Amino acid sequence: MDRSTSNADDALIAFRNVSLSLGGRPILENINLKVRRREFICVVGPSGCGKTTLLRLIAGLVHPDAGEVIYDGQVVGEPASDVALIFQDYSKALLPWRTASGNVSLALEASGTPKPERAQRIRALLDKVGLAHHADKYPAQLSGGMQQRLQIARCLAQGPSVLLMDEPFGALDAMTRQVLQDEVLRIAESGHTSVFFVTHDLEEAIYLGDRVVALRPNPGRVAEIFDVRLPRPRDQLSTREDPEFMRLRRVLFDFIQETES
Amino acid sequence: MKWQGFILPAGLVLTAEACARIFGISSDSLAAPSQILKAAWMLLADGSLFVMTGQTLLSAVAGLLLGGCAGLVLAVVLGLSPTLTRLLRYPIEALRPIPSIAVLPIFLMVYGFGYRMEIAIIAFACFWPNLIIGQAAVSGIEPRLLEVSRVLGLGFVGRVTKIVLPAALPRLFLAFRLAAAISLIVSVTVEIAMNPQGLGYELMAAQNSLRPEVMFAILLYIGLLGWGLNALLLFAQQRLFGAAGTAQVPR
Ligand SMILES: Nc1ncnc2c1ncn2[C@@H]1O[C@H](COP(=O)(O)OP(=O)(O)OP(=O)(O)O)[C@@H](O)[C@H]1O
Ligand SMILES: [Mg+2]
Repeated sequence: MDRSTSNADDALIAFRNVSLSLGGRPILENINLKVRRREFICVVGPSGCGKTTLLRLIAGLVHPDAGEVIYDGQVVGEPASDVALIFQDYSKALLPWRTASGNVSLALEASGTPKPERAQRIRALLDKVGLAHHADKYPAQLSGGMQQRLQIARCLAQGPSVLLMDEPFGALDAMTRQVLQDEVLRIAESGHTSVFFVTHDLEEAIYLGDRVVALRPNPGRVAEIFDVRLPRPRDQLSTREDPEFMRLRRVLFDFIQETES
Repeated sequence: MKWQGFILPAGLVLTAEACARIFGISSDSLAAPSQILKAAWMLLADGSLFVMTGQTLLSAVAGLLLGGCAGLVLAVVLGLSPTLTRLLRYPIEALRPIPSIAVLPIFLMVYGFGYRMEIAIIAFACFWPNLIIGQAAVSGIEPRLLEVSRVLGLGFVGRVTKIVLPAALPRLFLAFRLAAAISLIVSVTVEIAMNPQGLGYELMAAQNSLRPEVMFAILLYIGLLGWGLNALLLFAQQRLFGAAGTAQVPR
């Protein structure tokens, strides 16, 4: 699959002149953006510029005042079952009274998976995110990184075409973060999943993305879109030492400095 | 040093007994502990205690189940429907402050003496704490969890049974325990005030026929009953919801 095809028909998600106000304040203004099938797109921008709101629009948790958000050829209405959302605050997004396998099971119950099939699916999913030995633990008994893995497993249980991730690793330490970055890349690659990834971390955006969308604040607008021409599979050491990586980091860094000033 | 808690009560009982013996009190409003014990034994022996307990408890439990469950159901529905909450806001605010005993004349007119009148008043009394605490419990649910249920595509029933109820359960049960205590208070109150049945009525009857020892025997028994009821519910809470209740505590 050639990731650089920019055929318009290939767009899985499209924002068309989307504007949104919340509490009487314009949050997003005239957003035009396309996400292709199987594309890994990263969104960066200063705090409060509307990154999370952009994600919630795709998920169908909020709806635009003007323009439309298209998913798979249809205007987004209620949340679709093949769009999975990974929240930043994983500790609040997990059911504290259910074990790890119970939390994964919730997604399968919601999708109407017959009971006999669930146990095996749950085991496979927990195995995929490295939690096979923690199936019977409650979220409170898991570390932050494990809780975020669990949330990812629950989202994968939806069999998603799109993963929406809202600063998923923002609260994790550097080591855990790198491991999870590579896991998400692997999952997206093997599942042919599109990923819409919001982050504060410019390096993370370049490392993961096919493209990086930079937002400008007040109200939120798409300022610029950068193509990331780095070979895949990416590697924590060699990719980050690639001259193109360093060039992009410089460009993005300057860009963000300029928008924040 | 658990036994230290018993020194004072035991001392008081013994002092009362001693005073009664020494000064030979024969009063219309006081009775010696030994006389009270004897009266209690008589009530037990002729089975009348069981009859009154049955009458009072039947009303209390029926009222608790009717009113309490109605309160909890409405609380959950209101918690999920902001529109209905706005519609019912003023009716609820107007009805809630009515003391439950004040609706006695109305229900007496509708049902006359007997179980139905008493149960209706108890149900009215138990409805409110469950509604209010239930509403607080439901609105206190982590909004993120409700978003999770939307994103996962859970239906209304799934949302209620898999997210809302388990999340609110510990506080809902607390509301239920509170309502259980209220149900006993209100049933005895109604019996004392009007309804010719149950422990409350016998209490008044004993007082009217100048038998303080019987009156005190029933009074102490009612206290014991309330304590037992609460202990039973506490035990049930730990047994039934132990996992759900404690799994939320460690962080
Ligand atoms: N429900 C709401 N009502 C009113 N204003 C809101 C609401 N939700 C978000 N906002 C405002 O919209 C703006 C964008 O919010 P959003 O959460 O999308 O920003 P963000 O880019 O994700 O920020 P951060 O990087 O800090 O997470 C913020 O200024 C926020 O105050
Ligand atoms: Mg955000």
